[in-house]
Amino acid sequence: MSESTNNPSTTAERNPALDKATGLLNWRIEPEKSSPGIYWLILDRAGASQNSLSEEVVKELDKAIDIVVELNAKGIILRSGKPGSFIVGADVSEFADVPGEKEALEYIREAHRIFARLEDLAAPVVAMIQGHCLGGGLELALACRYRVCADDDATRLGFPEVMLGIHPGFGGTVRSIETIGAAKAMEMMLTGRNMRARAARRSGLVDMAVAPRHLTRAALKLIQSGKPRRVAKGAAAAANYPGARHALAKVMRDKTSKRASKSHYPAPFSLIDLWVEHGGDREEMFEAEAQSVARLITSDTSRGLVKVFFLQEQLKDLGKNTGADGAPKVERVHVIGAGVMGGDIAAWCAAQGLEVTIQDRAPEALARVVSRAHKLFSRRLKDPMRITAAMDRFMPDAAGNGIARADVVIEAIFENIEAKQGLFRDVEPRLKPGAVLATNTSSIPLETLSEALARPERLVGLHFFNPVAKMQLVEIVASEQTAQVEIDRAAAFAHQISRLPVPVNSSPGFLVNRILMPYLMEAVELLDEGVPGPAIDKAATEFGMPMGPITLADTVGLDICLSVAKNLGEAFGDEVPVRLIEKVEAGDLGKKTGRGFYEWKKGKPVKGRVDKSSSIPEDMEDRMILRFVNEAVACLREGVVADTELLDGGVIFGTGFAPFRGGPMNYIRDEGVRDLRERLEELAKRYGDRFEPDLGWDTLDDRLFE
Amino acid sequence: MHQGRSVFIVDGSRTPFLRAAGKPGPFAAADLAVSAGRSLLSRQSFEPEELDEVVIGCVGPDADEANIGRVVSLRLGCGQGTPAWTVQRNCASGMQAVDTAATNIAFGRSDLVLAGGTEAMSHAPLFYSDDMVNWLADFNRAKSASARLKAMSKLRPGHLKPVISLLKGLKDPIVGLSMGQTAEKVAHRFNISREQMDTFALESHRRLAAAIDEGRLAAEIDPLFDTKGNAYENDNGLRRDSDMEKLARLRPIFDRDVGNVTAGNSSQITDGAAMLILASEDAVKKHNLEVMGRIVDTQWAGLDPAQMGLGPVHSSTPVLKRQGLALDDVDYWELNEAFAAQVLGCVEAWKSAAYCRDELELDGALGELDRDRLNVDGGAVSIGHPVGASGARIILHLLHVLKENNANRGIATICIGGGQGGTVLLERAA
Repeated sequence: MSESTNNPSTTAERNPALDKATGLLNWRIEPEKSSPGIYWLILDRAGASQNSLSEEVVKELDKAIDIVVELNAKGIILRSGKPGSFIVGADVSEFADVPGEKEALEYIREAHRIFARLEDLAAPVVAMIQGHCLGGGLELALACRYRVCADDDATRLGFPEVMLGIHPGFGGTVRSIETIGAAKAMEMMLTGRNMRARAARRSGLVDMAVAPRHLTRAALKLIQSGKPRRVAKGAAAAANYPGARHALAKVMRDKTSKRASKSHYPAPFSLIDLWVEHGGDREEMFEAEAQSVARLITSDTSRGLVKVFFLQEQLKDLGKNTGADGAPKVERVHVIGAGVMGGDIAAWCAAQGLEVTIQDRAPEALARVVSRAHKLFSRRLKDPMRITAAMDRFMPDAAGNGIARADVVIEAIFENIEAKQGLFRDVEPRLKPGAVLATNTSSIPLETLSEALARPERLVGLHFFNPVAKMQLVEIVASEQTAQVEIDRAAAFAHQISRLPVPVNSSPGFLVNRILMPYLMEAVELLDEGVPGPAIDKAATEFGMPMGPITLADTVGLDICLSVAKNLGEAFGDEVPVRLIEKVEAGDLGKKTGRGFYEWKKGKPVKGRVDKSSSIPEDMEDRMILRFVNEAVACLREGVVADTELLDGGVIFGTGFAPFRGGPMNYIRDEGVRDLRERLEELAKRYGDRFEPDLGWDTLDDRLFE
Repeated sequence: MHQGRSVFIVDGSRTPFLRAAGKPGPFAAADLAVSAGRSLLSRQSFEPEELDEVVIGCVGPDADEANIGRVVSLRLGCGQGTPAWTVQRNCASGMQAVDTAATNIAFGRSDLVLAGGTEAMSHAPLFYSDDMVNWLADFNRAKSASARLKAMSKLRPGHLKPVISLLKGLKDPIVGLSMGQTAEKVAHRFNISREQMDTFALESHRRLAAAIDEGRLAAEIDPLFDTKGNAYENDNGLRRDSDMEKLARLRPIFDRDVGNVTAGNSSQITDGAAMLILASEDAVKKHNLEVMGRIVDTQWAGLDPAQMGLGPVHSSTPVLKRQGLALDDVDYWELNEAFAAQVLGCVEAWKSAAYCRDELELDGALGELDRDRLNVDGGAVSIGHPVGASGARIILHLLHVLKENNANRGIATICIGGGQGGTVLLERAA
């Protein structure tokens, strides 16, 4: 039986206003069959796999609202036409095209007007949310009278704007505070942290969180409820009173300053100011929000952070679109070596849903690793059932039974050529056909290790960074022999476990350690000259580094720094500072031994006050940063990475290099090639050859502006 | 005797057995079975989903482990399509799981089965007494303030005394004796002295120590790791410093003051799991499995619950008769050591012409079970007796003993609270 016989009056009942909706590119309007007068407003952005709010999408919403008004809708359910995802935010690719503050302001005011129309509709509007509902998407949902979200693993609500150097700008600052109170709303916007479905329901951000199969019923129920829009009450609302605003703002500013400096990351501070000054007046705050975002979005910080966003997307794509496409997903991973790195790699893989075996001869090492894994699972997975499942997937395997079943085998034992070669000889014949064989070595050339293999072309480096759960980057290391398919599969694997792959050559230090080391060594040199550690660290953090180099060296471990420095010293002839050698010989290895360049108490360095009389060279920042940048130029020239984008991406996600500066190559671009080169030459005159500009500066213009 | 197809045991693994330390141990029963099971499955040539069935013996799973067999099976990745269930025959639950798996293979219903037993005795719950439950019900029904006050006044300190489920479980509800008291009865019947019991217990510890030191348990144990960073590699009930003097100082705990059964000559309250893989001949060929041994015969028997410790005599005698074997024709015996008194009682029963004639329908005494063939690497007195797991452990260990000594035939047998015995006859040669 066909549908038309089932419902013969379909065409007759069709409202002519509906036909107008066919003129929209990104929105669809459909009647809800079960309830006459209720319509679906469906965002299905043309030519995209996910919904984001482009200018076109926002402006078409205006027309869509005209149509539902004309339809005399009794209720509207706004949902996404993309499976598993609501709206991921504003269209970030349009940020770069914003010509100036004035144009930005005009557009934001227009968006405010359209969102207000949606908010003011007489008919109740429900946002039906499943999957990501972020940034502008959440702002749109907040302009609806009700929100219902799917209580599933994929659903996340949040305001990630601060990570792009802005804050919510489509009325989100006003409506989030009205809905869930200032304390919670401001925290969401200041940290960019997402909420899961149940947290969203507890906070009042959504009215209901239900199993996905109940979403439509819940939306209809809300429409029929006749309840007014939900607003924060009691203590949550009280946070918005003028006195409370000022007190809370102080706490927020203090907390925010601990994470980000105001000069580098103005957005959260602007948001706090905006709220303190205008939080008491709805209309005023809308206008202030628009002005603030228009200013921020055209700032260098935001432009740098947007670049980082796209670098990240680019690295994700590297893992997504490889020659390994169509190859089955990795299900089992075997890690050999239950040290901190091996253990953390293994635990991360298990947290990402893989079955993991971890091999080590020492039961104590396996026991430590199991306990660390349990901490990671508890922190990340939270739900006891998921923690148990992850623990069940994480299997200590002294006998190495996992080798024969693993899709990926990662060697992470101590840095010793003979030991690693011996291991590879033993492992290779036991691998299942097609398994990826990887090493996490940071200092031994893959060429040397693969001598032990019958098929040297299969060895690939998967170089993770410590701590694995925080550092997104994985260097995909290829020797001269490594087959392209192995590189592709290693990159695809990194992507599968939510890490960012950057393909690099197997030259000493690869990319990240190679670039980081001259910077660290220069910092130690400064220490040697009598500059206090805290002053050195301060210069670096003021530049925008997440952590000063002296603290970083102590955190990584001075023994590890020394071994990398020696390794690079042998390769490139740099001298290793005596001070570093002395510290290691004395057994002061940094954070892990409680003493390195700093004393460490309860996991924190004791820095003390900098003596005013100590001499602080004016060129200190340049000495550190330009060695960093000079080494980056050398890596580019040598082809350690393929291009400037990969270099910037690798360095930002591997070292935390001042993200708002968009990476070392972007920094050179902003500062000017000639200017930086001259500054290097100046330093070389003063301090010697280590500042001699790399040959790569000669051709840098072409590479930066191609 | 087994009818139907041959049944092979191809591999097995167990956890170290962990002595209960007066509070819940680090692992629940399902955790233990999963730990042993995943090590075992990780070294197989087949995928866990290829199992036809999972059968787990367990006497008292936690409240959130109902049908623990299914819980374990799913956590091991055996797949939603692999049926799994739980069997319970008290102290022989692990052996029952193996027998059930074997029966289904022999009958042709299964080819490849994961079977074993698990128990976390340290997790046995405390219950409210019936008086307390009744009081709570009354209190919840009281609506007005005065009614509540009145209900309050009826609460007595005695209400708060918990019921220890473990002690309840270890007491026979038909004859009203604790398991230890049944051991006292067996000791009395065969005139077994305190010194004999303590000597046996000491030897159990000595044998286990030697087995650990000589690495003879490494092949059957896969270590446990808790979430706090501890590794457990061996059975921790072993007391290397035990001697006759120390054992003699312990006070009898079941027949207080006048009895002979002490904590020192009884099995220990323990957490642990033992898992085995059973296969048909087809499965052995299909997956190219190495055979550890064949299940030749099994027997269950019932007897007076008050003398449950003699169960092994009642279940093993028919097997020996059927197979035409004398005690010495069996190269090695694993007779579970619930109590030293009870193992010694079994030995005495077979030596006794009267017992063999009256209780076993034999013409005369069967003979003396050679101590050198019996529990050669210690037993539950030193290793511990996680009730659901022991029956599977002794089968697993017996297979390793046969291999180690290049012997062929062995019997694993166990006494069962409630007055039963179970016996499995194994042969290495196919």
